Amino acid sequence: MPTTTIAGRKVSVDDDGFMTEFDEWDEDTAVALASSIGIELTAEHWKAIRFARNDYRSQGQTPSIRRASTVGGMDTKSLFALFSGRPATKMAYIAGLPKPADGS
Amino acid sequence: MKNLLILGGGTAGSIAANKLRRRLPTDRWAVTVVDSDDDHRYQPGFLFVPFGTYRPDQVTRSRRRYLSGDVDLVYARIERVVPDEHVVELSDGRRLPYDALIIASGVTPRPDQTPGLLGEEWGRTIHEFYTYDGSVALARALSTWPGGRLVTSVVEMPIKCPVAPLEFAFLADSHFQERGIRDRVELTYVTPLPGAFTKPIAAKAFGSTLSDKGIDVEPDFMLMEVDPERRVLVSYDEREVPYDLLVVVPVNMGADFVAASGLGNELNLVPVDKQTLQSKAHPDVFALGDANDIPTSKAGSVAHFAIDVFVENFVEYATGRPMTHAFDGHANCFIETGHGKAMLIDFNYDTEPLPGRFPVAGLGPMSLLKQTRLNHLGKLAFEWIYWNVLLPGRPLPLPADMSLAGKRTDLLTTARS
Repeated sequence: MPTTTIAGRKVSVDDDGFMTEFDEWDEDTAVALASSIGIELTAEHWKAIRFARNDYRSQGQTPSIRRASTVGGMDTKSLFALFSGRPATKMAYIAGLPKPADGS
Repeated sequence: MKNLLILGGGTAGSIAANKLRRRLPTDRWAVTVVDSDDDHRYQPGFLFVPFGTYRPDQVTRSRRRYLSGDVDLVYARIERVVPDEHVVELSDGRRLPYDALIIASGVTPRPDQTPGLLGEEWGRTIHEFYTYDGSVALARALSTWPGGRLVTSVVEMPIKCPVAPLEFAFLADSHFQERGIRDRVELTYVTPLPGAFTKPIAAKAFGSTLSDKGIDVEPDFMLMEVDPERRVLVSYDEREVPYDLLVVVPVNMGADFVAASGLGNELNLVPVDKQTLQSKAHPDVFALGDANDIPTSKAGSVAHFAIDVFVENFVEYATGRPMTHAFDGHANCFIETGHGKAMLIDFNYDTEPLPGRFPVAGLGPMSLLKQTRLNHLGKLAFEWIYWNVLLPGRPLPLPADMSLAGKRTDLLTTARS
């Protein structure tokens, strides 16, 4: 498993750059990961990221957009605006979670 | 006497009922299936109905006829499960107690979940082919369609048989060629996925098949709504795709009674352990086939392989022993590519579809991820196997676990880089 340095700390990532250790993440890593894909985190972003982290902790898998909207109470269209193009993937990337299952 | 109750008499419910009936002593366990009607549909046939290669009356047979005589079949709608009382409530007021419950009520296309689909244009310029009525209506529309922009659109994953919309696009290409109007038809494939399929190596193979056939792909398209008057699809990130004829695969959801019973996730799928298919919330509840949330394709082949493993576990469970068998997520799907050819994929939780030979390494006779006539014949022969081998629960000479023998595993490292 490769490692990389994010926000001055060494963290484990997969081949696509998604963090693999839930506990290696902190808010500084989130800011650095977000800025690496051109996103500056606002309060709305943080709401989504916190939902994703909490949901992963209780469910053991990265939430889908449908889950973020039906369970997390977030508006799907806003998620697309916040994390342009691929919200589930970008949200997971910034939240330090595995790349979302695409539903096979 | 203990009661095993099976909700749903489709592919998974029927196979499980027939197999378990043979394995559980009749003086100790009663096996009962609940379904609302006697119409068992051969769902793979729905793909062929729109093109006239299957007659509508070919896809339906009697549920009762394909259940063992010692299995009871109750015709009723299910209101809800009361897990704490171990009872299923039917809409006619009856209450059926259970000692073990299998939820096998599948998933249903839900066009009501996307604004603009249901309305005056539903069944006219907007169609689906995942139901009997839908595939019959589409057959009527296609046979007289003069040409224009035909868009195949997958609304959201996961869907039942994730290769079917690709097959539909491939078959549409060959259908319009045969009718001599292919030059008057623009084909577009719209998907929420970043490519043609969920797994990278197969996505590449399917992607090049789409481009060889002149089918445009619109990836990463999350459908927000359809504007039936302007005839455009609108995505959440405000892209638009115009159509003249829209063939949509609506959001797939589990049964409403699953939600009403508090047993489902946000898509009414029952969260289960992916190796034993046992409910994470209630140890006497299991979910088989499309009704569960396991991370592999929703497909009849998955139901069949999973039940091979599940039956061994359930026999242990029924006698109070720990369950010792684990399902590996094995799926095996034929993909019709038109002109009498088909591809074949074979994969599981850990290994994506790879090229190679199947089922015997080096010999085949089937080829994986390659268009061949033999794969197409395999797909056609499967109908007979479905009714005569799979549903009755007779052994198929294929192991439940996926095998790596015969597969190009060397591609796994190179494809990802």
